[in-house]
Amino acid sequence: MSQSLRPYLQCVRSSVTAALCLSNFASQTSERHNVPEIEAQTSPEVLLTPLVIARNENEKVLIEPSVNSVRISIKIKQADEIENILVHKFTRFLTQRAEAFFILRRKPIKVSPTRSRLGYDISFLITNFHTEEMLKHKLVDFIIQFMEEVDKEISEMKLFLNARARFVAESFLTPVSLRKLPRRYDAKRFSSLIKGKRTQLVEDCNGARPLFKHFINIQDTNI
Amino acid sequence: MASPEVHHLFHRPIADHSFSADRQTLAVAKDTTVELYGRTGNAFKLYDELKGHDKTVTSVDIAPESGRIVTCSQDRNALVWEPSPTGYKPTLVLLRIARAATFVRWSPSETKFAVGSGDRVIAICYFEEENDWWVSKHLKKPIRSTITTVNWHPNSVLLAAGSTDAHARVFSSFIKGVDARPEPSVWGERLPFNTVCGEYLNNSAGWVHSVAFSPSGNALAFAAHDSSITVVYPSGPEQPPQAIVSVSTQLLPFMSMIWNGEDEIIAAGYDCEAFRFQGGPSGWQLTGTLEAKGRPGLGDAREESALNMFKQMDLKGKVKDDTQLKTVHQNTITTLRVYEGRNGSVSKFSTSGVDGRVVVWDT
Repeated sequence: MSQSLRPYLQCVRSSVTAALCLSNFASQTSERHNVPEIEAQTSPEVLLTPLVIARNENEKVLIEPSVNSVRISIKIKQADEIENILVHKFTRFLTQRAEAFFILRRKPIKVSPTRSRLGYDISFLITNFHTEEMLKHKLVDFIIQFMEEVDKEISEMKLFLNARARFVAESFLTPVSLRKLPRRYDAKRFSSLIKGKRTQLVEDCNGARPLFKHFINIQDTNI
Repeated sequence: MASPEVHHLFHRPIADHSFSADRQTLAVAKDTTVELYGRTGNAFKLYDELKGHDKTVTSVDIAPESGRIVTCSQDRNALVWEPSPTGYKPTLVLLRIARAATFVRWSPSETKFAVGSGDRVIAICYFEEENDWWVSKHLKKPIRSTITTVNWHPNSVLLAAGSTDAHARVFSSFIKGVDARPEPSVWGERLPFNTVCGEYLNNSAGWVHSVAFSPSGNALAFAAHDSSITVVYPSGPEQPPQAIVSVSTQLLPFMSMIWNGEDEIIAAGYDCEAFRFQGGPSGWQLTGTLEAKGRPGLGDAREESALNMFKQMDLKGKVKDDTQLKTVHQNTITTLRVYEGRNGSVSKFSTSGVDGRVVVWDT
């Protein structure tokens, strides 16, 4: 664990522990209802001041406590556009299975509608019914572990994506590099050769060895 | 210190519990019902269920003399259960509130009870002979949010209430024909209905979770969501209080508390254990926990064996089993009540919590 990650996670842990002091609280505004006050936002006195814990501008946590529910939103680290896409796909995968995670919110909260890209990637909603059914300290552990793992997961996926891209590029270029071309087949000729066979190459791209062989055969007849 | 008497009743939250005066009957609020347990030997056995509410029951109280049980629920109703040879008979109380009822307590005289509600009122209920019906009068005036807790003064006229608007208040609930004229006290001399005898704001505007009058009734303590306990010593009507002592702690907030004599308070809450405070008008302080730490048989024996370690690693992917808390209660303690005591000093008290346990402790 890096040097600045530990105090960051420790801070999140103690803040979430304090925020998870929830009690069963029936709605003051609608009869016979019991709703998460942080979502309903109907009585200001039962909401506490929201809290942002930021490690840097790309990584932060928003904790919004209330009398019977807490909303925790996480902005996952995104260094470049590939990570943007990966985080988006990853959180989409999770939120589509929100029921299985109990405390996961279906959508991350919107901080401001116009700048949604600067907002949070994933939100959790913990109500008093969750803290009654589950162990409170384990819920905190889950959030912390999620924050630890998600960075690892994203960077792993990025590595995997790069490796795959390299592999695809290699396969794409294998046919032309396979032929041991003499030096006089210079670049100019080479490119025209590829241009001519491009359509076949694209068609064959999905295929495996036999197609490449076929391609090479065509080349043989041509040259 | 004798080890506490633990009764693990079920795996649902206990909103509130109450013992009968002879301590043979235990009433606990579980979801939409109230369950009655009878003592058989060392254990409590379920023998009756009071079904009458259709939303979560929030509070239950047994009157020590008459044995009547009053319950209230988020379905806006309160029921008085009269004991009879064939079981308990419910009577609906005319509460006239449109939101959840959150808290109910019998007055020491047992002729009235107070119901706190989310409708920003406290209903003071009494029995009207001519209509043969429990009716209520509302304490309404300065309350601006849900009442979370109430506590009766020993004279059965003054009532303390805490609410989510961060105030602890003392009201007069004097009802003509029901109450005798109370003795003048530090809280006031003439006390018509809905007199506000005291109004105290929590320093950091945290919700008040619990209020309690001292045994003499001359001091009021309240616990708020900023993990503090505040003790107010009034000096007389229309005068600033003699002392307001506030103790803030590094613990999680307290949900419930009782006085033990005039110089000790026992409070418990989200830390799942009970703490002791001691002091007087000159100052209060946290003196420690009531839980004996390092009780035997709490997981340390299990860590020893290598077989168990590998078993844990295989089953759960980790070496240490840290699911158990080191406290007796495994989740928030919601109610703390006097179990045994005389003249205001407590020798035993009981706690109940979200983990479905009722525990009897020695002080």
